[in-house]
Amino acid sequence: MSETAEPPITFYRLQGCPYCERVTRLLTEYDLEYRSRFVEPMHSDRDVVKRVAGVRTVPVVVDENTGVTMAESANIVDYLESTYGEGDRPDAAAASAGGDA
Amino acid sequence: MPEFDVVELGPADHPEPGAAAPDFTRPLVTDEFWEDRTLSRLANETDGPTVLVFTPMTGSFLATYVWDELAERNWDDRAGRVVGVTASTPYGIKRFLDDNEYPFAFFADPSNRVAASYGVDHDLDGMAGISEPRVAFFALDDDRTVAGAWVATDWPDFPDYDALEAELGLE
Repeated sequence: MSETAEPPITFYRLQGCPYCERVTRLLTEYDLEYRSRFVEPMHSDRDVVKRVAGVRTVPVVVDENTGVTMAESANIVDYLESTYGEGDRPDAAAASAGGDA
Repeated sequence: MPEFDVVELGPADHPEPGAAAPDFTRPLVTDEFWEDRTLSRLANETDGPTVLVFTPMTGSFLATYVWDELAERNWDDRAGRVVGVTASTPYGIKRFLDDNEYPFAFFADPSNRVAASYGVDHDLDGMAGISEPRVAFFALDDDRTVAGAWVATDWPDFPDYDALEAELGLE
């Protein structure tokens, strides 16, 4: 019996954190497979994030498709848009102008 | 007359050796983070038996008694994987792991539906709306076939750990 592969994107996040939810929204919008790893509110309890990304902040995204590990939500959003977005499509400007709820 | 009362839970309708253990997906909590994991996949990728250990909620002395014993007996080195299941939140479980420095991971199942699917759930008197697992152990092979099982029939009730290790195939 074959097993489905692990999702290539690992998303370190904090429950209810708006910066993380911004990343969640984009991952969902681009229909990307990801696994969520939840860490705790206390920065001192986030050794795993420090080890993976060198920082204790979340969100952090590790993308095995590209070998990229990234922190800071604005950077992650830029990265996801440029990697998985449809910026090259002629209708992208119109779509994104109307796409923010 | 005894001045204490051991509650009889009676026999449980749980998966017996040879049967397939129910599959489930829940957040698996380690001392660093939690993420959704699926039992079938975990068992499949584990070398050696996967031992599911159901206990009452973290924070109860019942849970501490069991997990202290398993840590002392080095179960983490003696099975392919030992994994707890209890009706606590991920936050509560993580605190329990940190406080006691247990080398184990737990599935968080606040709804207690996993215990119910294994027939080992127990509604708590005096804690309205809260159900938690009985103490129960299931050794599973890589396709989730039950190789050995022990389920408490009283409350509280703890196994004879030497006999339990034989039942579960731990050496």
